Amino acid sequence: MTGFPILSFMLLVPLVGAVFSLKTGRETARMIALVATLIDFALGVVLWTHYDVGGAQWQFQERADIFAGFSWKLGIDGIALVLLELTVFLMPICIGASWNSIEKRAGEYYAAFLLMETLMIGVFAAQDLFLFYIMFEAGLIPMYLIIGIWGGAERIYASYKFFLYTLLGSVLMLIAMFWMVNVAGTTDIPTLMQYDFPAQAQTWLFLAFFASFAVKMPMWPVHTWLPDAHVQAPTGGSVILAGVLLKMGGYGFIRFSLPMFPIASAHFAPLVWGLSMVAVVVTSLIALVQADMKKLIAYSSVAHMAIVTVGLFAFNRQGLEGSMVVMLSHGLVAGALFLAVGVIYDRLHTREIVRYGGLAINMPYYALFLLLFTMASIGLPGTSGFVGEFLSMLGVYKESSWVAAISGTGIILGAAYMLYLYRRVAFGEQKNADAASMLDLDGREWAMMVPMAAAVLWMGVYPESFIAPMRKDIGVVEARVAIAKPKGDADVKIGAPATAASAALAAAQLKGVK
Amino acid sequence: MDFIHSLAAVSAEELISSAGLVLLLVAAWGGDKAGRGIAIAAFAVLVGAAAIALPTLLGSVGGSASLAFEGHVRLDAFAAFAKLLIYLGAGVALIVAPAFFEREGGLRAEFPLLVLLAALGMGIMVSANNLLTLYIGLELNSLASYVLAAILRSNGRSAEAGLKYFVLGSLASGILLYGISLTYGFTGTTSFDGIRAAFGAGPLSVGATFGLVFVLSGLAFKISAAPFHMWTPDVYEGAPTPVTAFFATAPKAAALALLMRVSLGAFGAQPGAWQQIVIFASLLSIVIGALGAIGQDNIKRLLAYSSINNVGFMLIGLAAGTQAGASATLVYLAIYVVTSVAAFVVVLALRDAQGKAIESIADLGGLSRTHPGLAAALAVVMFSLAGVPPLFGFWGKFLVFQAAVQAHLVVLAALGIAASVIGAFYYLKVVKVLYFDDVVDKVRGGSEFANLVLLTASTLFLSPLGYLLTRWLGGLAGNAAAALFRLS
Repeated sequence: MTGFPILSFMLLVPLVGAVFSLKTGRETARMIALVATLIDFALGVVLWTHYDVGGAQWQFQERADIFAGFSWKLGIDGIALVLLELTVFLMPICIGASWNSIEKRAGEYYAAFLLMETLMIGVFAAQDLFLFYIMFEAGLIPMYLIIGIWGGAERIYASYKFFLYTLLGSVLMLIAMFWMVNVAGTTDIPTLMQYDFPAQAQTWLFLAFFASFAVKMPMWPVHTWLPDAHVQAPTGGSVILAGVLLKMGGYGFIRFSLPMFPIASAHFAPLVWGLSMVAVVVTSLIALVQADMKKLIAYSSVAHMAIVTVGLFAFNRQGLEGSMVVMLSHGLVAGALFLAVGVIYDRLHTREIVRYGGLAINMPYYALFLLLFTMASIGLPGTSGFVGEFLSMLGVYKESSWVAAISGTGIILGAAYMLYLYRRVAFGEQKNADAASMLDLDGREWAMMVPMAAAVLWMGVYPESFIAPMRKDIGVVEARVAIAKPKGDADVKIGAPATAASAALAAAQLKGVK
Repeated sequence: MDFIHSLAAVSAEELISSAGLVLLLVAAWGGDKAGRGIAIAAFAVLVGAAAIALPTLLGSVGGSASLAFEGHVRLDAFAAFAKLLIYLGAGVALIVAPAFFEREGGLRAEFPLLVLLAALGMGIMVSANNLLTLYIGLELNSLASYVLAAILRSNGRSAEAGLKYFVLGSLASGILLYGISLTYGFTGTTSFDGIRAAFGAGPLSVGATFGLVFVLSGLAFKISAAPFHMWTPDVYEGAPTPVTAFFATAPKAAALALLMRVSLGAFGAQPGAWQQIVIFASLLSIVIGALGAIGQDNIKRLLAYSSINNVGFMLIGLAAGTQAGASATLVYLAIYVVTSVAAFVVVLALRDAQGKAIESIADLGGLSRTHPGLAAALAVVMFSLAGVPPLFGFWGKFLVFQAAVQAHLVVLAALGIAASVIGAFYYLKVVKVLYFDDVVDKVRGGSEFANLVLLTASTLFLSPLGYLLTRWLGGLAGNAAAALFRLS
């Protein structure tokens, strides 16, 4: 794959699709969207198969100096690769989820989605600081429209909250970027990742980036936009929000905060741990009492993302790798769960948990898939959730056993709220006749569920496929943070063994005292 | 020899003034029937003047070679850049005006003449290298503008706007003149170069400081920077829409360019003295513009507050006091002029079934379903004004904040950009009305062909395609900013 600008092409395909679907009717628009996302998925497969594992750190690089002040520079490492694959994998499924449920203004809807895909790929592929920022911020516009036009009853409030929250988070990051570029003299992300900023400046830079990524992540206490946005967004919007948009925060931490400001990262690690521990416990408890399915999954997302931040700031390989796998796994599982909610929402038009019950009787296949994704969300061994959570916990345990212990409660609480949800939806008696008469999955829903389930199992059984491409790049990040790594409480303290002479001396002193 | 050189240097102004006089005669004999023809001729004159100014900009002319009339005017690349923006704003006003005034009972023959004379005054303003030249240009522009605001004589709002503009504008001119006299009194010269030398000689005397403050206050009025912004919403709302479009573009560009020339040139030796004033005005404008806009239901008033807000951002580039900052302000200005053009062309197209203008934002509900193109253009304008990437409005903000950070004004940049989020709220409100609300279906009117061309071109400029122009635009603004700093 030398010379062919595959990344630019991947950005272009959905963009062209967006332009064409904008003015067309529902049938044509969704067909264009499906074809465009499938082409991108195929390109993603090509990208993965041609990615040279263990080869150069940055691959598929391209560069065009067509702008003043920054350049069109793309390229991916293993970390970006896997997130990019996640994006192109989820997009056709999102289109599938919207296939019948979007009736009004479908052309604009699919255009917004395709634009979203372009921007998300751009975020992961950008190698120029300002190009990254533009892609990162630009995603606000289509998402604002998706929530605001096609969302539920409280859509306008949710769209405002989403937009203003994330915008406020990001603008300070831009100022920090200006400062960095001014000092380092380059906008090139790979160069900046190796640049040592003065320790005191790192504090401010870290905080500015933190403001942005913490909102995007989202971390407690700036997570409040997420439940609103999720609940109000249409199913496809929720899938993309949970599946990919939340990953931008984690990607930001691992791409910018940790390697660029290692000293400040170590300095602020207790803050991140503290917020994450609170998030795990508090949002899990909140999830336990939700009556709305989407809200429950939204709060569980916050809890899972807290596991990600804990693992990222463990400063060791297991933590970093674990966090990446949690992100991938959560992208699949939360996406699949929102999809599953969408399936029954399309039939009954309510997300109230109490309106359902006993679905295992009339929708056995649906119940089966829901069970799989529930288990994956809990982190059952054999599913993707287990691999990530295990590694993250292992990583953080090396740093602090207390943090590990408290974050670990998230897994127990996660089992509680997910199993409770599953029991109320799939088991028990069929209280409502309309819920009891719902039909099982149709062909389209099968086509969405099966790839999701396969990916969850694949990642659970053989995670090496996903960890291998990013192993070397995790190593790079690990090497960068190693200079400031805080001392963990599990580090073995090697004492000096007593020599014979000193033992004799001690004995003599003892005798002298007597 | 020197005189011939000087005459050649101001050929753009000569063209406009002589053509203006000829067209005045045509108007006197032809009456209002000749209005449309005069508008076309005036537009052609502006194109000619722009063609004269362009080589100066491309050639990056500056330094002593650009002086004319014994240093009273300075026709450098900076002046050329500002003039091109002025001619653009004036030209757009001439394009959109005839169709508008047809609906209001006919285009008056004076209208294109006044626009032409205002453009002449603004051309003199931006080339001024002497406080007296500055004042002559400013007054020529202002007098023409007062009449333009009140050109719909039978319309109460238009007359009120004209009167308000006149009273407050005269006050500002008075303040400016007072500042000029103080500056002259304490430096002994009205020449920018002389003032610079006198200011550079030692610490600033109290009298000279007062002069500087008054001059800057007078100019702040002209660019409608807070706390001298009060006239803006009323004048924008009351003036006929093509005139508002004109006010939002050309005089703003001229006054801002003049402010840059005075601050960085005449007062350039004492940056500490004016920087704090500019920073104060800048932050205040951003906040007042943003907060004031939130409660507005009239789209023209909203755009007025938005212009106050945007001036605040432009001043950040000036506050940096560097060449990069000046260049950033010029790029911002250029983008802002195009944004205003797009915004007001949309406003012109908003008419109900009777052909009456719709200015209430609530009446635009669901416009995206009845007039998708118009709604999309307005949404692009709004997101661009909010500075959300990937729209081109972001690029202006990007450059000014970058310049501020480079000039070590990190706190200013952080405060300014945080305040820009307040502004995003009301821009979002407009998009919400356009896209999320139920269809009100009041808007009927379409646009004339010329307006459509303008709208398409300006919207494409504001779209992400605009980034392809960044090198070109940055190069031109860089030429202009370099000339501004090359004094000898």
